[in-house]
Amino acid sequence: MSIPVRDGAATAGAAIPGAASRLPDVPRLEVRRVTKRFPGCLANDCVDLVLRSGEIHALLGENGAGKSTLVKIIYGVLEADAGDLLWEGRPVRIDSPATARKLGIGMVFQHFSLFESLTVAENVALGLDGRERPAALIERIRLVSQRYGLELDPDRHVYNLSVGERQRVEIVRCLLQQPRLLVMDEPTSVLTPQEAISLFETLRRLAAEGCTILYISHKLEEIRALCDSATVLRGGRVVASVDPRTQTAQALAELMIGSSLMSPQRSPATTGAARLQVSHLSTTSDDPFATELKEVRFAVRAGEIFGIAGVAGNGQAELLAALSGEQPVSDPMMVRIDGEPVGNSGPQRRRNLGLAFVPEERLGRGAVPEMSLSDNALLSGARTQGLVRQGMIRRGRSRAFAERIIRSFNVVTHGYRAEARSLSGGNLQKFIVGREILQEPKVLVVAQPTWGVDAGAAAAIHQALIDLARQGTAVLVISQDLDELFVLCDRLAVLFQGRLSDSEPTGQTSVEQIGLLMGGLFEASIAAAAARNAALAGKETSHVV
Amino acid sequence: MSFDAWPRLEPRGEPSPAMVWLTPVIAVAATVVSGMILFTLLGFDPVATLQAYFITPVSTRYGLAELALKATPLTLCAIGLATGFRANIWNIGAEGQLTIGAICGGGVALAAWGHEGPWLLPVMMVAGVLGGMGWAAIPAWLRVRFNASEILTSLMLVYVASLLLDYLMHGPWRDPEGFNFPQSRQFGPDALLPIIVSETRLHLGSPLALVAVFSGWLLLARSFVGFQIRVIGLTPLAAGYAGFNQRRLVWITLMIGGGLSGLAGVIEVAGPIGQLTPSISPGYGFTAIIVAFLGRLHPVGILAAALLVALSYIGGEAAQISLRLPLAVTGVFQGMLLFFLLASDVLIRYRVRLGASSHRRPAPAAQGIR
Amino acid sequence: MEGATTAVAIAVAMIAAATPLIFAALGELVTEKSGMLNLGVEGMMLVGAVSGFAVEATTGSGILAVAAGAVAGMALATLFSVLTLALLANQVATGLALTLFGTGLSALIGKSFVGMPLPGLPHLAVPGLSDLPLIGPLIFGHDLLVYLAIAMTFGVHEFLYRTRPGLILRAVGENHDAAHAIGYPVLKIRFAAVLFGGAMSGIGGAYLSLVYTPMWAENMTAGRGWIALALVVFATWKPARVLAGAWLFGGVSILALHAQGSGVAVPSQFLNMLPYLATILVLVLISRDRTRIRLNAPACLGRSFYPTV
Repeated sequence: MSIPVRDGAATAGAAIPGAASRLPDVPRLEVRRVTKRFPGCLANDCVDLVLRSGEIHALLGENGAGKSTLVKIIYGVLEADAGDLLWEGRPVRIDSPATARKLGIGMVFQHFSLFESLTVAENVALGLDGRERPAALIERIRLVSQRYGLELDPDRHVYNLSVGERQRVEIVRCLLQQPRLLVMDEPTSVLTPQEAISLFETLRRLAAEGCTILYISHKLEEIRALCDSATVLRGGRVVASVDPRTQTAQALAELMIGSSLMSPQRSPATTGAARLQVSHLSTTSDDPFATELKEVRFAVRAGEIFGIAGVAGNGQAELLAALSGEQPVSDPMMVRIDGEPVGNSGPQRRRNLGLAFVPEERLGRGAVPEMSLSDNALLSGARTQGLVRQGMIRRGRSRAFAERIIRSFNVVTHGYRAEARSLSGGNLQKFIVGREILQEPKVLVVAQPTWGVDAGAAAAIHQALIDLARQGTAVLVISQDLDELFVLCDRLAVLFQGRLSDSEPTGQTSVEQIGLLMGGLFEASIAAAAARNAALAGKETSHVV
Repeated sequence: MSFDAWPRLEPRGEPSPAMVWLTPVIAVAATVVSGMILFTLLGFDPVATLQAYFITPVSTRYGLAELALKATPLTLCAIGLATGFRANIWNIGAEGQLTIGAICGGGVALAAWGHEGPWLLPVMMVAGVLGGMGWAAIPAWLRVRFNASEILTSLMLVYVASLLLDYLMHGPWRDPEGFNFPQSRQFGPDALLPIIVSETRLHLGSPLALVAVFSGWLLLARSFVGFQIRVIGLTPLAAGYAGFNQRRLVWITLMIGGGLSGLAGVIEVAGPIGQLTPSISPGYGFTAIIVAFLGRLHPVGILAAALLVALSYIGGEAAQISLRLPLAVTGVFQGMLLFFLLASDVLIRYRVRLGASSHRRPAPAAQGIR
Repeated sequence: MEGATTAVAIAVAMIAAATPLIFAALGELVTEKSGMLNLGVEGMMLVGAVSGFAVEATTGSGILAVAAGAVAGMALATLFSVLTLALLANQVATGLALTLFGTGLSALIGKSFVGMPLPGLPHLAVPGLSDLPLIGPLIFGHDLLVYLAIAMTFGVHEFLYRTRPGLILRAVGENHDAAHAIGYPVLKIRFAAVLFGGAMSGIGGAYLSLVYTPMWAENMTAGRGWIALALVVFATWKPARVLAGAWLFGGVSILALHAQGSGVAVPSQFLNMLPYLATILVLVLISRDRTRIRLNAPACLGRSFYPTV
């Protein structure tokens, strides 16, 4: 490895005692044997991590591998039970985020730490410890956002911003503190592929200026494209430290999961009649933070899986509420189940007609955290499973239904009495998906089926959804995870600012084209598709000739 | 001040079922201890006062009957309130609903004065229940239709109800032969609840409260409506997801609360009071809030809590007579009881760790940043 | 001239009636902006009223009396903080408990002061100005707390929207998890906000017993604490609107009193219902506009904060 020489003193620096921090080969941050235990789980077990100046270092691992815990320890949100942190060679105690920021550590959170009702400038000011005058701060925000290509209007309120723009606020907030270590927690999960590419450019420029970047992700391709080195966590332990550029995605995945991954089996769909029809669906809302749907139309046929991609905040929540009946719409014809107009009906009638629904928030919408699994089985299964008679709960039957779900979907739990919140994310999602599938729905709507779920559970859920569709159910999947949508779906469309693009069969589109749609470039996407078709046609022509 | 120095709370994996029923006991014990300190501060002998307050009043058959008598309206109101609290519907206007129930039931008794019959009492009861429901319907409608906080509207209506009662007592319903005292005629015998234990004032209303306890339990623990109430209270979004009609549940819980409070009101005027007066309740509707929480929002627990809180009323009156202890001590007692309960409730979901937390380690030998 | 004098007298009485509401509502506004819902305003006002009265009756010092009201309110607010912040008790239930407890405690403390007269607090006397006809009593003739209440309104506005601590307080009420993640001490900030609310409610209560009536009677606040809570909603959490709302309410109750005095043929009880009915009406008018509530209400209002990992 060659040592980059930044100034003349660097080579001589090695000889000067006390100038250790200026030595390029002294790591910016070293994590030594850090251990963190929570009630019932060892989140970090003797974790070592070395971050050098100016490198982009990936922290790789499955959900629950301990990445978030480690990052929170580095940022001072948590304190380790044992182990040491060395900042530029010196042992430090980081007992609060303020201490971390003083050292020069900045963090961009996965779930943004922004304040919706405040302006961009106020949000940035809250992230700084200084006592800068508002006018001067606004000027600095403008400068930094120009320099790094992060366009922002400091006077806008955050609730008016798209998710991508919100992330820019977070990044600008960090950059204004001139961090020497920038931690990014799953930054691209809320971006279009094109936005992700421009984020990578920003990060590379920062790294070139000497800033270290700790990049947390489970997306292997982007780590291979971006990062100089990678540390892989599994079950709270470091299992490998590798150069991701020399590894295949498959090899990285196996390091992360510990075994080879089963990809779901998808046979070609044989589709029947349209079971879920949505036409001219437009919504208005008295919630100023909502996105209004505009003339959304699509149909899902029996036997197929239809996917809707898009960056969060583009109307997914509103579309889901309009489909589930939690927020009925004015015109019954806007939503039809098996031809029956239900747009203005509530969830109960739609369920009776054969709609099942897996919401995005599994704890707190799909399940009641403090209630037992048998009560949670009752939550949506009361009517279809005959769990209520003459207004009274049939407790034996709801227990039996809960047990059937647990058995059929291999939910790891100590029985129907367990509280929903005691289950891991993956097991709870299996329970909820199982609860909906066992009701033998005609239409199943699923939001973010595997968000925050471990790979094993994700594979099981994917297979269950495919099997359900092949038995004649119309399945609609709304997800931000493009990889997932390409694995699962027969057709894809994109939701952008409340509008839905035309759908494309999965085999005839590409990540790039969907990415353009996710950025709202409907025309550009059509042009790209045309160019692709022309190119294909050209190839064929030349082949013929 | 530093919060770090406080004992830290650690979440339990699962809520402790033992603590659910142990914390009320802890709260009562803490209240008794604080009460003794309070008695001492006021210049009373703590042990003798405690005796006069909590033991002497219920050492006779009559005293026990009085206990049940006072517990009756508390139980009725608290069951109604608890049904709402479970669903996060904060009806705190039970006092007003009780007052209107008394006015409606008492109004029937006064209207029938002179031509009574055995039909009168049931009609009074129905009128009282409907009156309480009607009064509770106002906050229900304002909440469902205009999103107005039922906490504030139901409370404002307490003042309106008591002013209405005051007006009736000073004006149209004043006893024509009552020497201008602001109270109604004495009810006729058919308008009074029959006494069920001789030589006491215990009347038929108390068994009615037991019926309410059983029905309340059946509703909350076994019925689908009760399930919906619990879901909406714990996780409103899950209730929306399951398609439970939130507006309907606002109506149901407020109607139950209003109806039971109205019943409590008519039972008071047709029972121990026997007429309408400007002050028919020593704050039963508010004290029922304490009873509801102390009873863990569970009907059977509420019954036990109501007996305990009723004791503080009787004890307060008895100690005022025997020791000249100020009657206001009762209110302080009841407030303290609820505080201690809310404070000890934390033990259900968290365990207390004294000293340094296991999550923190001692500072490393090396100095921190400067 | 006769009519004008009466109008000025009504306006002066209205301003006095509004003053306790301004104090209590401003305090609660700051409390709620930090994400805490303290329904114990009525209890804190009562304890403030009785403490202020007791100190004035025993020491004769107006300043000490007002300070005692503030301290008493803060003592109850501390109790509320310990329960809700440290022990994570439900804020609605704890607030109700605070009101029930404060009612009982104030009755106990005030036992020996019932019916005792007090001189009240000194009024502003600007030579020349206070003696002007009409304008003198209307603008320069109030007691000092009236001016303090108005000054506090603008002070709270400046604090919340022009200072960094105010920004941090609003941030904590908007998203306590984010504020914690950035590194702000959520619990300490909320504790301070609740204490401020307690002090202001205590002063509002003391105003009632020291100036407005001036005397002590059990339950003398008669629901003003609850009306102050409604005022915060009415004001959509904006300080200047609290001032306007409080004057409106002061006007309603003084007009009701005045109507009684001038022999209107409506029973006094119905006139006395007016402030309560007006509160309901105002709540309905504001609450129906969900968009406005959503934009102005602190998003974390009433939610317990436990720093999750």
